[in-house]
Amino acid sequence: MPAGWAIAVHGGAGVDPNLPTERQEEAKQLLTRCLNLGIDALGSSASAIDVVELVRELESDPMFNSGRGSALTENGTVEMEASIMDGVGRRCGAVSGLTTVKNPVSLARLVMDKSPHSYLAFSGAEKFAKQMGVETVENDYFVTQDNVEMLKLAKEANSIVFDYRIPKGSNYESCGTLVESPIHMNGIPISIYAPETVGCVVVDRQGHCAAATSTGGLLNKRMGRIGDSPLIGAGTYACDLCAVSCTGEGEAIIRGTLAREVGAVMEYKGLGLQDAVDFVIKERLDEGKAGLIAVSKTGQVAYGFNCVGMFRGCATENGFMEVSIWD
Amino acid sequence: MGWAIALHGGAGDIPLNIPVERRQPREAALRRIIEIGVSKLNAKFSPLDVVELVVRELENCPYFNAGKGSVLTTNGTVEMEACIMDGNTKRCGAVSGVTTVVNPISLARQIMEKTPHIYLAFDGAEAFAREQGLETMDKSHFITPENIERLKQAKEANRVQQDYTQPIKTEDQKEPPLPDGLSKLGTVGCVAVDNLGNLAAATSTGGLVNTMVGRIGDTPVIGAGTYANKFCAVSATGRGEAIIRETVARDVAAVMEYKGLSLKEAAAYIVHEVAPKGTTGLVAVSPTGEVAMPFNATGMFRACATEDGFSEIAIWHSE
Repeated sequence: MPAGWAIAVHGGAGVDPNLPTERQEEAKQLLTRCLNLGIDALGSSASAIDVVELVRELESDPMFNSGRGSALTENGTVEMEASIMDGVGRRCGAVSGLTTVKNPVSLARLVMDKSPHSYLAFSGAEKFAKQMGVETVENDYFVTQDNVEMLKLAKEANSIVFDYRIPKGSNYESCGTLVESPIHMNGIPISIYAPETVGCVVVDRQGHCAAATSTGGLLNKRMGRIGDSPLIGAGTYACDLCAVSCTGEGEAIIRGTLAREVGAVMEYKGLGLQDAVDFVIKERLDEGKAGLIAVSKTGQVAYGFNCVGMFRGCATENGFMEVSIWD
Repeated sequence: MGWAIALHGGAGDIPLNIPVERRQPREAALRRIIEIGVSKLNAKFSPLDVVELVVRELENCPYFNAGKGSVLTTNGTVEMEACIMDGNTKRCGAVSGVTTVVNPISLARQIMEKTPHIYLAFDGAEAFAREQGLETMDKSHFITPENIERLKQAKEANRVQQDYTQPIKTEDQKEPPLPDGLSKLGTVGCVAVDNLGNLAAATSTGGLVNTMVGRIGDTPVIGAGTYANKFCAVSATGRGEAIIRETVARDVAAVMEYKGLSLKEAAAYIVHEVAPKGTTGLVAVSPTGEVAMPFNATGMFRACATEDGFSEIAIWHSE
């Protein structure tokens, strides 16, 4: 029997421990604002699949790495991806390679609801967006000065990591680079890493779960690189039992099929939500660094992350609410 | 224990009365290609190398929906995708939106081995292929007269793609089959294990006929159409949207790991109890050399062989 609604949001995992307090406060305020939107909707018995679309708010705000404020590709442009999944019937929609669509998560929803497919990308996705009449803008709308600076620094610090002629496994981490902090995410020093992805998971009063994830992707990424966020089972998953949205090193999340794993472990091993989340973070990431938020059909909410910080917040029907960044 | 290999050329509504001139070349190709895989395993090639080279053969064969012989999008173009995964390390590579690369599976492998990424698509994938010096051909190389005809028929039948967002309730909801039931087939794949228990999986496809440009299916989605870990290697085929939703390939391994089912039991469970009827087939191998090739559609072009001498080439369910 469902035990009330619950909602969690995130703004990305892998946060610079030296992030100025001012920025931390701004981030928390944005997360709080989003939670409050969700709380109002859920209090009026909105359904989970409608509520998770509040990821639009996170996309529109330049604070996090999605929509406006996305990390830049190696060419200085923005290429966005997103996915959404409805635990009811496990319907899903995903998009990649968006360059003009203002709210990728809403296009993902349209793919789910209005197309015969589950995943559309690049020019095909943009064409579908036009057919659907969604709001589109020029690519430079999404580009912020902050991200232009970050791209410059990323290129200076890590030019070697992205030389594709050099096979993986060469020990280039040991070549001197201009970084003070030893912490890296995705090969980028944490001081300039743009924590990837925003997301939301919800269980509504009917016990139905839904998840949504959106991102600009990896800073300085190669054009055409797809991460975990649009991949059902990796970055996003929802089923009868739970809904999950992940963030962090995309390749590790994909290899670990992280979002599906939480559900699989609950379904096949009978673990409760927090135990499932803890198990997956501990056992399914190998050397990868990532985090996730999750809710269960019985109204529980859980987080897990094995890296430095994750922008996150949650609220439950019984009045509990919290927003945090660190452990 | 010993090595084992299984490959497929697509599952779907393969009509029982398929004309012999369409059936024979496909069966002959399956036979020729499984023998190549077998000889490489006997020569101690790694499973990762074997699945790649077997899928390359299937891509080059115009009778299957991958590489040359890929079905066409609604624009009459070819958009190929592929994926490869190594069971030991869970390293993987995937590619979508490939239009000129002769062997998408090899591009997927290059992405896995030469980049810090897993998945590249469209222009970015094509650009990387050129950087790596992979063989490319003009787009016309991949298009066969059979597929031009299929697209024409699909458009004439005004075939609105089945709404995959609605659960498929009963067989009668399926549209009447096109004159050419083979038009629904997608995907080729191969899974292999050596006698040390190393597993690998590879899948490649031209997608669905008459789809929207830019549609991505299950093949390149790790855990949906392709997966390998220490428990098994899986390559799935069928209706992409259903395979994605059911995380088919991952779940076979998950059910083995978490419920202790054998490979055959796990594969049968996922295909017959979980996946909607008519949507899914797969080939899978386990570290101990077991093989499973279940499917819940009319047929699946498939072949397998094990080191102890067992081999099979088949299309429909056995009596």
